[in-house]
Amino acid sequence: MSIEATGIVKRFGSFVALDDVDLSVASGRLTALLGPSGGGKSTLLRIIGGLDEADAGQVRIDGVEATGVPAQRRNVGFVFQHYAAFKHLSVFRNVAFGLEIRKRPKDEIKRRVGELLELVHLEQFADRLPSQLSGGQRQRMALARALAVQPSVLLLDEPFGALDAKVRRELRDWLRRLHDEMHVTTVFVTHDQEEALEVSDELVVINHGRIEQVGTPTDLYDKPANDFVMEFLGPVTTLGGRLIRPHDVEIFPQHVDRSVEAEVTRVQRIGFEVRAEMRTADSEPWAQLNRGQAEELALAAGSRVWVRATD
Amino acid sequence: MGERRGRLLQRSIALGYVGVLVIVPLFVITWRALADGWSGFVSALSSEQAVTAFRLTAEIAVAAVAINTVFGVGVALLITRYRFRGRRFLGSLADLPISVSPIVVGFALVLVYGPTNGWFGKSLAHANIQVIFALPGMILATAFVTMPLVLREVVPVLEEEGLDQEQAARVLGANAVQRFRRITLPVIRPALTYGIVLSLARAIGEFGAVKVVSGNVSGVGQTQTVPLLIEERVEQIEPGSYQLAFVLILVTVLAIVLVSLKRSKESVS
Repeated sequence: MSIEATGIVKRFGSFVALDDVDLSVASGRLTALLGPSGGGKSTLLRIIGGLDEADAGQVRIDGVEATGVPAQRRNVGFVFQHYAAFKHLSVFRNVAFGLEIRKRPKDEIKRRVGELLELVHLEQFADRLPSQLSGGQRQRMALARALAVQPSVLLLDEPFGALDAKVRRELRDWLRRLHDEMHVTTVFVTHDQEEALEVSDELVVINHGRIEQVGTPTDLYDKPANDFVMEFLGPVTTLGGRLIRPHDVEIFPQHVDRSVEAEVTRVQRIGFEVRAEMRTADSEPWAQLNRGQAEELALAAGSRVWVRATD
Repeated sequence: MGERRGRLLQRSIALGYVGVLVIVPLFVITWRALADGWSGFVSALSSEQAVTAFRLTAEIAVAAVAINTVFGVGVALLITRYRFRGRRFLGSLADLPISVSPIVVGFALVLVYGPTNGWFGKSLAHANIQVIFALPGMILATAFVTMPLVLREVVPVLEEEGLDQEQAARVLGANAVQRFRRITLPVIRPALTYGIVLSLARAIGEFGAVKVVSGNVSGVGQTQTVPLLIEERVEQIEPGSYQLAFVLILVTVLAIVLVSLKRSKESVS
């Protein structure tokens, strides 16, 4: 089920949240909308889901005009950052909600909710209230609830944003596996570039209400369209007036072709990674190395080295 | 040692305050009401005047509270769910009835709906609708006085819960009525119950505003509520006022105790 959004404009007062945005999501893909907060990515997602209304532009879901169709008739799945659990309903009733609204027979609801709870590993928590679950469990419940109605597209708004780092990582892997099994067209919003690079098939970088670049994670990382995308997708440093990735800074003990002389000002170890901060005549680059490389070069504050950018 | 004495002092002050203001007067009423024994109760409550007064009080209270429940929830939703010009003003306007003297409320209603020189009085009289010195006026007065009670209980809950659950229900296919019944209502139910009980308690006891608009007609087609009957008996030095007062207090206290018991049980589970 594809999503086509064309010419989307959204203003809040004088603030332009989305400025003539076109987005196209292919059927069955897992797409990440990535960008800094306030950049418009959540607004775009909410407009696709029908929770916000665009000032201009069209949304088509699976080729069908959805602009102006209220959220309750779009048949989308939506997962919120803060779970939006129905606090007075059990886990079972939460997941069953959409099916009950659609007046499905009782035994079908029971079977379907059972399957979904198994899928999200919450089968033994069916009778609990959301307040008796952890954050990660609540978000899995919310995901099961969204999937219960067999939505044409699944939209997730910063789904892991309220969770701690370890649970975040688990849920991220799990979302990726789930998507590989179900193939439901999925769009998720995140401001975490690592999350976006790791999970998604396709990345859409949004900033200041505009789309900066669209492509596969590899494309965007290797061939960023501009400095903003480059900076947003990973660490950067400047060498010889150019923006480059710190792992693309090569260090030599003696002069080589195209290299410039630098003095090491600080060496910092972070687990297996080593960061070397340096000073050249015109800039202060830093390099990302592994432990072996750093030891081989015997890097220490005050060492004299030659640096250049890898091609 | 000093800390303990301080705490003891604090507790005595709090207890003394509540005692002087609430417990002693209630105790005196109860004591007087029970002094004449069972027969005193029966004669105070069984006269035709008393029975009609109780029925009228109940009718007015139920009608006023029903009105305020519907509009209280409606206005609470309006204030918390929509951004519009005058939203804050509406919120503070709803608090007005608490600070305006009930007598003034009564007079204001007479000035608006009064049959002789009220604003709408003439046209209402032409249409043969009597508001002042009749049941509608008394319901209006009671509704005015109890207006903020439901609203003030419900607004903070709606504000705290935010829109997430309703939006989630919306994308799952629930229409406005289904969202209200399945999500909003369960969320506000404890607060709403408490607001309704407070309104009922206040409505049963309302005196000032009702007195002004009622005309206090006793007998056939009467407009005498229980508080008005109590006043009459006190002024005429007739027996039976303590028993009536005791019943009003009992109903109020029971209602509030039941609701707070239910509330604390819900917060435990």
